[in-house]
Amino acid sequence: MPKMNLSHFEAALLFSIFTSVVMGVVTKNNDRDRLHYGIYTFACFIIALFGLGWLMYFGHG
Amino acid sequence: MAVKEKEEKPPSVPVGAWAPAVALGWLIPGGGHFLLKRTGRGVLLLLAITSMFVCGLMMRGYMFQPQTGDLLTTLINVGGFIGDLAGGILYLLTVWLGYSQVDVAGHVHDYGTKFLVVAGLLNILAMVDAFEIAAGRKD
Repeated sequence: MPKMNLSHFEAALLFSIFTSVVMGVVTKNNDRDRLHYGIYTFACFIIALFGLGWLMYFGHG
Repeated sequence: MAVKEKEEKPPSVPVGAWAPAVALGWLIPGGGHFLLKRTGRGVLLLLAITSMFVCGLMMRGYMFQPQTGDLLTTLINVGGFIGDLAGGILYLLTVWLGYSQVDVAGHVHDYGTKFLVVAGLLNILAMVDAFEIAAGRKD
């Protein structure tokens, strides 16, 4: 099996995509709401990713 | 004097109605949804969970063993093992085909380990969803 070498950002992005798909599929009661929730979850992941990234950057001084 | 109103419990669902969907959902990610004729959602679950697990393997993630010791060691190892095991056929195939990766330092390995565990945890969410559909609590 080939080895995958990803940066922190790429790995976190992949994680966000897969998790958002599942979160979108298993919640809500109709397809429109599921799609919205999936996009919302993905957006939250990305905001948290950049937010925590900058926080750690400034935290290091 | 206040009268306590008893909350109405949802009627219990016979095991035979939901057990096959939940069991198949564990074995094959999205399998419960396939059984319940939710093919589109089943395909999405299958693709997302399997891709996540395979990415975890390609990042050479560590498979947890149910080791016990102090509280933190037990929590991490037993919890991680349950997460890995929840991957169903993906976990079984990986073990049967002899995948063996020692726990080494490095962010890629670390992400791989998390991908493997979270793929299993997401499969548990899919199983809960299959249960709710089979029990008639959800469309």
